[in-house]
Amino acid sequence: MEQLMKLRTSHYVILTFLVAFTYFYSRDGLVATSVLYTAIQFSIPLALAAMVGVMCERTGVVNIGIEGTMLISAFTAFFAGAILQDTVRGMFVGVFTGAMMGLLLALMAVNWKMDQIIAGVILNILAAGITSFYYRQNYSIPSTLNPIDLPVVGAWPILGPVLSFHGPITYFGILFILALWFGLYKTSWGLRSRAVGEHPSSADTAGVSVTKLRYINVTIAGAVGGLAGSYLALEAVGIFERGFTAGKGFTALAIMIFGRWNPLGAFAAALFFGLTQAVTNQLMIDEVVEIPPQFINMLPYILTILVLAISAGKVRPPAAEGIPYEKEKS
Amino acid sequence: MEAKQEKKLDLSPVLVPILSILVALIFGGILVFIQGIDPLLAYKVLFTTAFGSLDGIAITLAKATPLILSGLAVAICLRAGLFNIGAQGQLISGALASAWAGYTFVGLPALVHIPLALIFGAFFGAIVALVAAILKAYRGVHEVITTIMLNSIVIALADYLTSTPFKEPDQPLTRTPKIQDSARMPDLLGLPLGFFLAIALSITLWWIMKNTTTGFSIETIGRNKNAGWYAGISIKKTVILSMLIGGAVAGIAGAVETLSITGRFEPAFNAGLGFDGITVALLGRANPLGVIPAAILIGGMRASASTVQFEAGAAPELVDLLLAMILFFVTAPLLAKFFKNRKENVAMTSGWSN
Repeated sequence: MEQLMKLRTSHYVILTFLVAFTYFYSRDGLVATSVLYTAIQFSIPLALAAMVGVMCERTGVVNIGIEGTMLISAFTAFFAGAILQDTVRGMFVGVFTGAMMGLLLALMAVNWKMDQIIAGVILNILAAGITSFYYRQNYSIPSTLNPIDLPVVGAWPILGPVLSFHGPITYFGILFILALWFGLYKTSWGLRSRAVGEHPSSADTAGVSVTKLRYINVTIAGAVGGLAGSYLALEAVGIFERGFTAGKGFTALAIMIFGRWNPLGAFAAALFFGLTQAVTNQLMIDEVVEIPPQFINMLPYILTILVLAISAGKVRPPAAEGIPYEKEKS
Repeated sequence: MEAKQEKKLDLSPVLVPILSILVALIFGGILVFIQGIDPLLAYKVLFTTAFGSLDGIAITLAKATPLILSGLAVAICLRAGLFNIGAQGQLISGALASAWAGYTFVGLPALVHIPLALIFGAFFGAIVALVAAILKAYRGVHEVITTIMLNSIVIALADYLTSTPFKEPDQPLTRTPKIQDSARMPDLLGLPLGFFLAIALSITLWWIMKNTTTGFSIETIGRNKNAGWYAGISIKKTVILSMLIGGAVAGIAGAVETLSITGRFEPAFNAGLGFDGITVALLGRANPLGVIPAAILIGGMRASASTVQFEAGAAPELVDLLLAMILFFVTAPLLAKFFKNRKENVAMTSGWSN
């Protein structure tokens, strides 16, 4: 029941979805499906990045380095894919890089008890420095990850072309989000993680190793960030540029808050962001609205601030987030 | 552990950054070596170009000028427990506003025009920061996210303004017209006037932090919000005030750059000046005077980046890599532990909504 209450973000999604769909369908059915297809494409990296935030913060570690994690993973995924001429192996390199970034954050935040905001910013600046120094032009991957034609779903009217023919990371990502929701609320791992995020000393008393669990979760979350980075470089566009992630890691944090630290809520919020962007793009292409392109580029950022201004204060973050855990000495 | 508390001059605020820089240079050297570049040659070129001659030092100080200011913008907010990552956006806003004031007003004497353009820069820098400050104070939205988002918004907005309403007429380039001669900041003793302004601002802010109730409020809030609240300090007001100071100083950084170096606004200008401010502030331990040497070091590295590329074959992004390393080792408490368990960390992470 409590979890259902938390899904109010989904109302925004359904509403935007219906309005956009009706509008575009009345003009051209093909456009309607392509807008929705693009919306999913836009939302997947945001959703995965938001999962990084959910996983970390639910165990009490603030991760503001998602941006850097995605950036450096996109970088290694792309260049590994290009050098090995193997996109799939590139993806694994990207995921591994992400996990290493997670481990580094855990080291700084859990072991060294650094201020977690500073630790995250360091991840971002490290990633920006490394990727821009080692960046080389004239590399290309053999192809983007092959899209998958879903067997039964693909044949459905209207929804078929929207849901089918996405890349493997998209489908895996959606499954992961569902699994994370299940894991957080229905398994003992989830119960322990949330306990560590809310009240670490009680969890400790109950025999849960706060340090170990934070390490594990932050590292896995890093790997998910690596997957999000790989998605951008290998599945969405197949290129890498300096500063490639363009603030998506920060938008993801807003999405996480908007989704109330709930994987499904955050997924819904990500869909809302993706949908808004896809609709605006289409309106631009149709020349329905004449907005300077700079304002279109601003849209996700303005939306992020608006969403935060509306939802922050109304939602409660995990109680112990951002506070390094010190065992009480008696 | 506490038995060894001798009454000695505490050098760790100076030694820790210096050691961190050395360790960072060693690690950076390894990373450069992987690229097949001789790190010793690269470093030698880097430091002799920046600090080896009087001309080199003059260029270094000119490069350091905006960095002192953007470092101050971050440092003052850090003192209040706020992490102002938005110096970049505030700086760009200030740079554009001062360029506008610089080319629009005609016929003013320099003594009026320059301060006016600087005030425009400070004002519009502060406006950008104010958005984040209000959201922080009244809605509890974390300033790191808002300031980063505002950076992107300001960059897009500046791009739009320079490509349409503020564009130099009859020119293919996206840029504003050149500022009037009366708005150009002159040099003093072979150094840009802005450098002295930056030093003066550092000292003033250092004095304010030490000797005024405003400074005391900012420090108290930064150390402990609850203590500040019990002491009757308005947290909202102090948050807004420190962000306004930070934004205004960052805006002045942009204005000084426009009025003394670039002479107009172009979207490609000013790249990274605000972000380097983060490194400067943390390297200078969020001390208004500490940012000066930090900015001079980083300014020197920036100034000689292209010479390093020419003479040692390392991409100019080498500096970004080294700065990232320096930042990592300065903030990681590894080295600090060698000296002492200092408890002067300002805590910023207290959740997203508080």
